[in-house]
Amino acid sequence: MLKLPRLTPRQEALPILPACWAVLRRDLLSSIRRRQELFNPLIFFVMVVALFPLGVSPEAEFLRDAGAGILWVAALLSTLLSLDHLFRHDFEEGVLEQLLLQPQPLYLLVLTKVLGHWLVTGLPLIIMAPLLGVMVHLDGNSIAYLCLTLLLGTPVLSFIGAIGAALTLGLRSAGILLSLLIIPLYIPVLIFGTGTVMAADEGLAIGSYLALLGALLVLALTCAPFATAAALRISVSNS
Amino acid sequence: MWAFFHKLGSPKWFYGIAGRFMPWLLVSGLLLLGVGVVWGLAFAPQDYLQGNSYRIIFIHVPTAFLAQSVYVMMAAAGVITLVWRMKLADVFVKAVAPVGAVLTFLALFTGAVWGKPTWGTWWIWDARLTSMLILLFLYFGVIALGNAIADEKSAARAVAVLTLVGVVNIPIIKYSVEWWNTLHQPATFKLTEKPSMPAEMWVPLLLSVLGLYLIFGWLACLRMQTEILHRERRARWVRELVNV
Repeated sequence: MLKLPRLTPRQEALPILPACWAVLRRDLLSSIRRRQELFNPLIFFVMVVALFPLGVSPEAEFLRDAGAGILWVAALLSTLLSLDHLFRHDFEEGVLEQLLLQPQPLYLLVLTKVLGHWLVTGLPLIIMAPLLGVMVHLDGNSIAYLCLTLLLGTPVLSFIGAIGAALTLGLRSAGILLSLLIIPLYIPVLIFGTGTVMAADEGLAIGSYLALLGALLVLALTCAPFATAAALRISVSNS
Repeated sequence: MWAFFHKLGSPKWFYGIAGRFMPWLLVSGLLLLGVGVVWGLAFAPQDYLQGNSYRIIFIHVPTAFLAQSVYVMMAAAGVITLVWRMKLADVFVKAVAPVGAVLTFLALFTGAVWGKPTWGTWWIWDARLTSMLILLFLYFGVIALGNAIADEKSAARAVAVLTLVGVVNIPIIKYSVEWWNTLHQPATFKLTEKPSMPAEMWVPLLLSVLGLYLIFGWLACLRMQTEILHRERRARWVRELVNV
């Protein structure tokens, strides 16, 4: 006999934190089990960084100047690549509809999902960054600042990207459309991210840059889940 | 007042009223823009610093000004679409997004033409220029998303969400020249202050800005009418209108 789960009306709604934890746990488990999808963005990250010495110049001097920017652009592109999976599997399997029906605020559930996405895509990028930093001849100080800016910036990329992923859910040419919608919104993060490392390199004060990155993070954290939740409702009602 | 708002929700009513306003918008817009541009290009005094090359301001500033305010109007219409589900707001967004993209391109292009003699370069990665370029990309995104979603209602709401997210860029464009020390000069006009240039310069500029607004109004009405005809093509009033 199949043991059917009990239906929601008879079940007590979970309090918010356990509900978020359940979403997070499920997302992490499912991404660990889809190992290829987990590694593809990382491999892509390394390959994009490798294109610059091969395609532009292998000179140590150029790489030192451009290194932070190269790593940032590569991180941005590989985040973009991984975004497509953020809601797609859930959408195709009907999990997303269940998520929208939950009694807990959708804002928090979306926030948790994006956090889960960042843990499996953003965080590995930051861990990889020092290795690639050495490969593009960045010195220790720059690498430290680079990791700090990535730590502040990659969650913003995930949050903004979630809006685009939710808007393009279920569309045929979602991948390219997603890039078109999201890259313009990524530009400020890129500018402040690389700006911090460059300013630190020249010995300038970087407090204002970090403050701006932090402000972007707070703005994304507070506003982006609203937009994502609205976009999810639109996309699901459309299908 | 409320009756007016309710009528505004009716495409048919809008179609009629827009038709009545359009000739006025076009004539007054052309008149103002013509006077402003001719005055500015031919009769306004030379700039003490930039000589005659500053005269492109009479085309550059109106397009740049309007490119941003069209986006703000689209965002406002986006709020209306999301909250009140008014059909016309969505028609407006769909109709003016390409116009906004063209205006942004024109602003960038005339800026490049102006930049060559004054800064010695066509393009520079200055904050104002970069944020205007982002605005152009945002317009492209809005147009692409609107075209990608087949269902009209979901397309309208998705586009509304996207325009609202993108509106973050508008204050960045506006204040970029003040927050960052860059090549681009600060705003020529401020509503709250007396203009720093002589009246012979700012009056024609003001005229061309107003003229372009009016022409934009005409173009928006025209494009909205077309969109309404397309959407209501099965309605009886459209059939009667077309068969006359």
